[in-house]
Amino acid sequence: MAQQSVGLTAYGGYIPRLRLQRKAVAQANAWVAPNFLGKGKGERSMANWDEDAVTMAVEAARDLLGPDDDRSHVDALYFGSTTMPFKDRLNSGIIAAALTLEQSVRAVDVASTQRAGTSALMQALSAVKAGEAKNALVLASDHRKTKAVTSQELDFGDGAAAVMVGTDNVIARYLGGASLTVDFVDHFRGDTEEFDYNWEERWIRDEGFSKIVPKAVKAALENSGITAGDIKHFVLPCIFGDKFAQQLAKRSGISPDAARDTLAANCGETGAAHSLVMLVHTLQTEAKPGDKVLVLHFGGGCDALVFEATDKLSSQAGKRGITGSLKNRVEETNYLKFLTFNGLIEWEKGMRAEQDKKTALTTLYRNEDMLMGLVGGRCKETGVVQFPRSRISVNPNKHTVDTQEPYKFAEKKAKILSWSADFLSFSMNPPNHYGMVVFDEGGRIMMDFTDVEAGTVDSGMEVKLVFRIKEFDEKRGFRRYFWKAVPIASSAAKSQTGQAAE
Amino acid sequence: MASGIKDKVAILGMGCSKFGERWDAGPEELMVEAYLEAMQDAGIEPTQLDAAWFSTHIDEIGTGKGGTPLSLALRLPNIAVTRVENFCASGSEALRGAVYAVASGAADIALAVGVEKLKDTGYGGLPVGNMGTLNPQWSPSGSAPGNFAQLASAYRAKHGVSKEDLKRAIAHVSVKSHANGAKNPKAHLRNEVTEEQVLNAPMIAEPLGLFDCCGVSDGAAAAIVTTPEIAKAMGKKNIVTVKAMQLSVSNGLESQHNSWDGSYFHTARIAAKKAYKEAGIDNPREQVSMMEVHDCFSVTELVTMEDLFISPEGGAVKDVMDGFYDADGKVPCQIDGGLKCFGHPIGASGLRMAYEMYLQLQGRAGERQLPNPKIGLTHNLGGAPSQNVCSVTIIGAHGA
Repeated sequence: MAQQSVGLTAYGGYIPRLRLQRKAVAQANAWVAPNFLGKGKGERSMANWDEDAVTMAVEAARDLLGPDDDRSHVDALYFGSTTMPFKDRLNSGIIAAALTLEQSVRAVDVASTQRAGTSALMQALSAVKAGEAKNALVLASDHRKTKAVTSQELDFGDGAAAVMVGTDNVIARYLGGASLTVDFVDHFRGDTEEFDYNWEERWIRDEGFSKIVPKAVKAALENSGITAGDIKHFVLPCIFGDKFAQQLAKRSGISPDAARDTLAANCGETGAAHSLVMLVHTLQTEAKPGDKVLVLHFGGGCDALVFEATDKLSSQAGKRGITGSLKNRVEETNYLKFLTFNGLIEWEKGMRAEQDKKTALTTLYRNEDMLMGLVGGRCKETGVVQFPRSRISVNPNKHTVDTQEPYKFAEKKAKILSWSADFLSFSMNPPNHYGMVVFDEGGRIMMDFTDVEAGTVDSGMEVKLVFRIKEFDEKRGFRRYFWKAVPIASSAAKSQTGQAAE
Repeated sequence: MASGIKDKVAILGMGCSKFGERWDAGPEELMVEAYLEAMQDAGIEPTQLDAAWFSTHIDEIGTGKGGTPLSLALRLPNIAVTRVENFCASGSEALRGAVYAVASGAADIALAVGVEKLKDTGYGGLPVGNMGTLNPQWSPSGSAPGNFAQLASAYRAKHGVSKEDLKRAIAHVSVKSHANGAKNPKAHLRNEVTEEQVLNAPMIAEPLGLFDCCGVSDGAAAAIVTTPEIAKAMGKKNIVTVKAMQLSVSNGLESQHNSWDGSYFHTARIAAKKAYKEAGIDNPREQVSMMEVHDCFSVTELVTMEDLFISPEGGAVKDVMDGFYDADGKVPCQIDGGLKCFGHPIGASGLRMAYEMYLQLQGRAGERQLPNPKIGLTHNLGGAPSQNVCSVTIIGAHGA
């Protein structure tokens, strides 16, 4: 029987646009930790206050899936993260709802280890190999909290990556892999803790990475039937510097030149997402058809997977991926803002923030596609689209009854009709921007804006829609999600939308 | 075809408390203050009241729900009290209820009282509340200034007005209201301001600065209404009657359908047209003597001048800058200071507007009395530009 080719068929990526300047962090903390001044170089990605592992995963997935409304081909979803917002509520279920995937999708959360991303990928590969899934979406995302004045706050970054596993139009064929499970506790995050507790870096490097990774590499090469010399790209997240990664490659018989950019300088290590972030980055930059790529992730042992890029790789050229995300950057020099966004500072939010944010779960479920998937309605009779959907159409010329079919807004083109920058209402990132967003193909939504360049917003500007945290219910540990508009600064137009045809 | 309300109901008496930061008074004291003035003005006994309408917007910090707060505070003789709430237009709703009761013949004399106690929140501005369980899950958690400020961006885009020109025009709106409010002993804010002060005030919600926003005040206002015949029989002179009462409520068009451009109030135009028809007014720019409009924010007042068909479409900036709406202009607007300076105790505001028109029509407005007004218009809005209720009421001299 001819071996069916299983592998990656598409990719996507997302790195939040804010880049915290390490110099600002190191200088702010130099009074207590002058030893970190040497690390005050480059920048790390920094999630906006309304982003978490789920929202970043949704963004990476949307990059992969593209703007097509029909996502019925996705039949499995594996989500790897160590910072899932819910301990018990299927986090991949939130993602599936935001992406408007079918209810029949097999959605799985893979957690509790830095190799959650690669383990999610291995599960997807197994499912597709076994014929249990045809198109398995793999998402890895992390938004790790760090205590102030730690090397982790400098080393880490926030981000997500997406790959699709399937059998058609494979861009990187899966050759084989191996997993090594070792209870090597380089760090841990206890059940009730927000932060990692870390052991000595030298021990982690010399006794952990240096000994465990080569074993996994050896096993993976054996299982995929290739030799170390065949590996063109050695993808290993680690915070010990490029030289160490090169040495580690060499120790396994792989050319040191194969060690790929850990993105330490311009992104930081994005936790469980980072092997896939680096993989997508490699596929976007240095990988050529025929190249063999070894993807590794260390954590409680090590995962190792070997892929071979195909000539279909160029099919993904239009994706933002990681390289596009890295280009979309805004320098952030305010360390206090980073601490505030991450809940590390108790600050006076004002009485307006005291409003109870309790979410009626019944209402949430009844309106699930509207609230999670930004699905409105389209009148089958008149074609008028609206948000939200309603039994009686809003169309002033014909209030048709029960004629609406679901209509997805999330990927549609839209512009700002009216807006304000509000200093009065509570916002985690004032001024609070919101306004009326009008869709080119009909419909409008009054919505929050995010990732705003203050001072650039005006009527007529194009926006793109993103799935974000709407509000935190701190009393109950819940968070609401909804969609927000991101004004595209480069689109500042003279003309405004006004009376759209409808 | 309905015959309308014109001249069917007369105002027998009105009262209004001092508006402002009334640290000294709870809602009960405020209601009593407005009520006693109205009763004295009407010259009647409580036993002559047949029914009452009571408006208050915010239950949580105000007077509470139901009709009992009014009945208890005023010790009403166990008559019907209907509590009404329609956002910031609640006061006009109370008046409408009382007027309709008299017009229907169900009551000879009816009372309308509106009150709001806003300064028990612990902060400036309006308190934040939820609108049901679905709305807060998707609507922006913004503020009133943030919602109304959006008129500015849409109006600028539609009419090609520069940021600076619009900012200056809305500044003039506030300068004018402060000049008027300074002459009103019951007003919350009695200080005159300069255009420079307005332009340089701290930003609240782009482009609205501090002086573009109305006062957040405690206060109450009351009206007692009856038929013109009863008023005459009681020996009343200078009888003021209701000419029109219209209310238009959004049905989602503005917020969900792309035919609305965000620069005007869809409901205000409908309510105004209907009110002019009911009152028999065909040229409002010439026939309306004076107005109290819902100037919650300066930009609201500016666009409302067009929505009420006083200024031509796109012509409000010019009229405002020309002083058309100033105290000595053709159609004085906010002669009592408006929401801007008289203040905005939500449930009372619609009645407060009618109170000023009533005083002016009776020639009892003191230092701010206009020469010989015949027709007064009140415009009372609740909600946000994209979703609101809008009330337009016209009152005038009986027979005018």
